[in-house]
Amino acid sequence: MSTRTVIPMGPQHPVFPEPLQLKLSLKDEKIVDVAPALGYVHRGIEKAAEKNDFTQNVFLVERICGICSFIHAVCYCMAIEDIMKIELPPRANYLRVIWGELHRLHSHMLWLGLLADSFGFESLFMKFWEIRERILDILEKTTGARVIISACAIGGVRRDISDEHLQEILTVIDKCEKELNGIIPVVMSDTTVKRRTVGVGVIEKEKAIHLGIVGPVLRASGIAQDARMTGYGAYKYLDFKPVVEESGDCYARAVVRAKETYQSIGLLRKAINQLPSGDILTKYKGNPGKAAAVSRVEQPRGELIYYVEGNGTKNLERVRVRTPTFSNVPALSKMLPGMELADAPVIVLSIDPCISCTER
Amino acid sequence: MSSFDTSNIKSPWILHYDTGSCNGCDIEVLACLTPLYDVERFGILNVGNPRHADILVITGAANKRSARVLRNLYEQMPDPKMVVAVGICAVSGGVLHNCYNVLGGVDKVIPVDVYVPGCAARPEAIIDGIVLALQKIPEKRKLLKSREAKTA
Ligand code: SF4
Repeated sequence: MSTRTVIPMGPQHPVFPEPLQLKLSLKDEKIVDVAPALGYVHRGIEKAAEKNDFTQNVFLVERICGICSFIHAVCYCMAIEDIMKIELPPRANYLRVIWGELHRLHSHMLWLGLLADSFGFESLFMKFWEIRERILDILEKTTGARVIISACAIGGVRRDISDEHLQEILTVIDKCEKELNGIIPVVMSDTTVKRRTVGVGVIEKEKAIHLGIVGPVLRASGIAQDARMTGYGAYKYLDFKPVVEESGDCYARAVVRAKETYQSIGLLRKAINQLPSGDILTKYKGNPGKAAAVSRVEQPRGELIYYVEGNGTKNLERVRVRTPTFSNVPALSKMLPGMELADAPVIVLSIDPCISCTER
Repeated sequence: MSSFDTSNIKSPWILHYDTGSCNGCDIEVLACLTPLYDVERFGILNVGNPRHADILVITGAANKRSARVLRNLYEQMPDPKMVVAVGICAVSGGVLHNCYNVLGGVDKVIPVDVYVPGCAARPEAIIDGIVLALQKIPEKRKLLKSREAKTA
């Protein structure tokens, strides 16, 4: 038979927590073509950011994505600080790294769990999410909220972390590391996991560059590119080296993220040990002037870019957000064709799609 | 009460749909299902098919495109269906109230039985909301029966 069948996957699908629709054209069981249909979570946050006061926007951009909310706020604040020439106190830079890495840690564990769920490995999913709760607990202890922590402010951070809590973070990440040692080998070497991921959804180095892919997906294709290498914030003092894998398949993407969880734990330890004392917030006056700024940071899913343009009033002229999933969705059109329908959920999850980021 | 009536209070199945949230509330809904909160011990299961579901859990503000999907899901669910709006976005639009593509709370599109505010709503609050929805089921069933009797 050579007739084509079109199967809509989503917008409501048990594997994706978010509404993403993919129209898969099939020839028998093989996928031949894929057309993503987006727009189910478009809200118009960029436009709303022009209506609000620039200080209110910090809260708005946090709500672009609930998983990496703090990093969105950091990126926005960096752009405003660039326009207004605000120098950050060193402690604030470190605290931003600490909360940012905690977010990356919980995001990667969340993803590793969802990956396990996508091929039906329920107990592994539960295990990852159980460990993730410990990170959410320290986020709650240090800021008062589990998910959207609102700790970042223009000019620094809104809260300090006490020494007692820093010690607690250290003990919790030690504990997490021990527990991860027990289950990450399952992701890396279990036969059932490997059967579903090795050689699935391959994207080669050249294609990855050509498509403009970012983040762990790019690093899994053998390219050492990470916005943290630019040394923004306190990363320049932390001796950061990106994690790179060569094979470019779903397995490599899982390995990159698994290793990055350990890397985040390492960065957290270093940042806490080097944490300088002092102020956490620089006071500023006035509004952003007639200037524009671009800021780049690394989200758990890849590189996030903010373009902010001021016009001298308290409202901004333009806020443009370019999120990592936006660059990674085109990769699906190269990864999916030629694969079995049953592999589609795993492949789609392997780019860690964050639709609320993409559509804003 | 028939066995069906008791079982859908003792073991309600939930369907989760995101109408335009930031993910914050979604991951909290998922967190309810995982070991720390583990609502499965109360018989609450997350299902993917609206025709199997008793409770529709919605996160995020309704927007123009997702409203149609939401209406479809709601209509496909069997009676008595309960709707729980999770997060301030689903309740009223919250911080996103002035975005051009946001219609407002989910109640602009379908009737809502329980509102769970919070940004993001905590898992404890979500579980509380679902329990409240369960308590309202007999009431709703009575209402449906009286309506049926009227139309018959
Ligand atoms: S209520 Fe808050 S956390 Fe929940 S979806 Fe809305 S913005 Fe996100």
